[in-house]
Amino acid sequence: MSVITYRQALRDTLRAEMQRDENVFLIGEEIGHFEGSYKITEGLLKEFGPRRVRDTPIAEEGFVGAAIGAAMLGLRPVVEIMTINFSLLALDQIVNHAAKIYGMFGGQCSVPMVIRTPGGGGQQLGATHSQNIELFYSFVPGLKVLAPSTPAEAASMLRAAIRDDDPVLFLENLGLYNTKGEVPDEPDAEPEVAQIGRAAVVRPGTDITLIGYSRMAGVALQVADELAKDGVSAEVVDLRSLRPLDRTTIVESVRRTGSAVVAEDDWLTYGIGAEIAATIQEGAFDWLDAPVARVAMAEVPLPYAKSLETAALPCAESLAAAARRTLRATGRLR
Amino acid sequence: MAGKTTRRATRTAPAVSTPDAEDLTDLFRRMLLVRRFEERAAQAYTQARVGGYCHLNLGEEATVVGLTSALEPEDYLFTNYREHGYALGRGIPAGRVMAELYGRSTGVSKGWGGSMHMFDVQARLMGGYGIVGGQVPLAAGAALAVSYRGGREVVMCQMGDGTTNIGAFHESLNIAALWDLPVVFAVVNNQLGMGTSVQESSAEPELHRRAAAYRIKGVRVDGTDVLAVREAAREAVRLAREEQRPTLLETVSYRLRGHSVVDPARYRDPEEVERAKEADPLPLLRDRLLKDGVLDEERLAALEDEVRQEITAAAEFAESSPHPEVSTLFDHTYATPVPNTEPRLPADALFTV
Ligand SMILES: Cc1ncc(C[n+]2csc(CCOP(=O)(O)OP(=O)(O)O)c2C)c(N)n1
Ligand SMILES: [Mg+2]
Repeated sequence: MSVITYRQALRDTLRAEMQRDENVFLIGEEIGHFEGSYKITEGLLKEFGPRRVRDTPIAEEGFVGAAIGAAMLGLRPVVEIMTINFSLLALDQIVNHAAKIYGMFGGQCSVPMVIRTPGGGGQQLGATHSQNIELFYSFVPGLKVLAPSTPAEAASMLRAAIRDDDPVLFLENLGLYNTKGEVPDEPDAEPEVAQIGRAAVVRPGTDITLIGYSRMAGVALQVADELAKDGVSAEVVDLRSLRPLDRTTIVESVRRTGSAVVAEDDWLTYGIGAEIAATIQEGAFDWLDAPVARVAMAEVPLPYAKSLETAALPCAESLAAAARRTLRATGRLR
Repeated sequence: MAGKTTRRATRTAPAVSTPDAEDLTDLFRRMLLVRRFEERAAQAYTQARVGGYCHLNLGEEATVVGLTSALEPEDYLFTNYREHGYALGRGIPAGRVMAELYGRSTGVSKGWGGSMHMFDVQARLMGGYGIVGGQVPLAAGAALAVSYRGGREVVMCQMGDGTTNIGAFHESLNIAALWDLPVVFAVVNNQLGMGTSVQESSAEPELHRRAAAYRIKGVRVDGTDVLAVREAAREAVRLAREEQRPTLLETVSYRLRGHSVVDPARYRDPEEVERAKEADPLPLLRDRLLKDGVLDEERLAALEDEVRQEITAAAEFAESSPHPEVSTLFDHTYATPVPNTEPRLPADALFTV
């Protein structure tokens, strides 16, 4: 085990996968000479050269589509889209092409590609640069959507994504790049496919289930620690995979604890949490001692001013408040 | 080129040599196959045997055959949704193309694609695409894969005139030129995108001139002349294969019918419709071959008969082919199986509680 940052975990994995498989190459804006807007690809151009680390013009639709076309011929492109906000310019290629080619052509051609892109607000980047729109992709069959919350997950899930034969939207988070955690030194010993389509109980508990993904999974763990001080045993489920969604793990947890709060960095209405809440009522209705609560971003285009931005974003305090409300409703906290 | 000229000059054979006649007859036969196929497709559509949208290559047969005959079997072809003829041009049996229209499991795309989405991995037909311009970045990317591996294959990307106004077109031409990709962008200028003319939609209506913006070669050719199209396409393919340079090849022809089978095309100017009829590539080539003695009436009738039989057999094959089983509905969602993708039909419960 080594303790490294989420950023380092991504870079090490990209590097290892490129060394392992000649078909793996990187493509995106500013990933080579500039070494990545968030420096994930630092040093990789120098090591692998411009054939394997391809800088592109500012043309999201063009280069995402080109990566899909290359994947159709058997290469394994790993695309970097600077932030998830700019993926909107490639929406047609992702939704109408990457997600459709395998099925629409009767299973004759798969699209083994990964689109890495960070979401996350809280950096005072204003409304167009602070969105969490992973839901758009999570909605679409044919895509797989992963949202790792720790360096270890970032490494193992990116590896699984690169080795998977389907298009994977790999959601990173601006707020997580500098976070640290333990990552195994012998990654190849892990089972790969187990990484996609499975949620994880990252902290067992008996009184309430807190559910999150990406940044909010970490926040949920923090809140669980907080609640422990009040004698509450909170279970934390990290969704990890937004599509496929591991409903069983969610429902089994709620059947054990009797209540749930979902924490999400996206907007509330129609958001990821709405799907989780619907899943829980369908799978654990009789086990629920309180309604499922959701903690999400305020429904505004995210403002620039720090005071407003902070108020709009979900955080440990907002999740803790919702959890306490739910616990009081179930009688597990007075 | 110089060597070829010398060889010609010293040759003593008559003007129409046997291989040339055979070649011309073959081109004509292939155009005829597209024509009769499309007529039959339209008929099947009106009989409700074919669903969805159905766009035909009527009037574009010389372009279809000229473009596809410039490709080697290992080359790749991406097209738009008006692609029945291209599927035939890649050598896919008419029965499988028709079966796709009928939505049968024997179809080119196993009934999953329909008229607009034909794909055949063996024939390297890399898909018809129903989203205008969607195929253009994909084709550039396929060419990137060829270039990445140092391969000799060429990628041809067919599209319509209207498609040259889509952002993806410009992004892809820029990328292909910048990265020296072996790709031919073939714009089939049939002078209309649905009901909108090129003049109404394109600020530079001489579409081949858009190549200048990317410093690639732009060529315009008569799309009703199969030999001219083939020659221009061969040169573009050569440039891609040998010099890794993309070409923007524009073919100019007419659409003989509406945008799709159900479009009566009332917006069309009667004079233009007349001109389209006069430029119908089939009678043009037929008359030329008769006049030059390449064909006679008897051979022509025999060809017609052969093609008709092929089309009838194709329709019978489609008609008698099975509809895909509902049990195969979840067969092609993901290539790599992962947990939590269990099949679920609309009425199925998520959980049994
Ligand atoms: C992105 C997108 N916008 C609109 C349409 C609807 N549409 C289908 S075909 C077409 C016209 C395209 O014309 P052109 O590129 O000239 O091709 P042609 O049909 O003449 O072969 C339009 C607007 C579409 N399929 N995709
Ligand atoms: Mg057109």
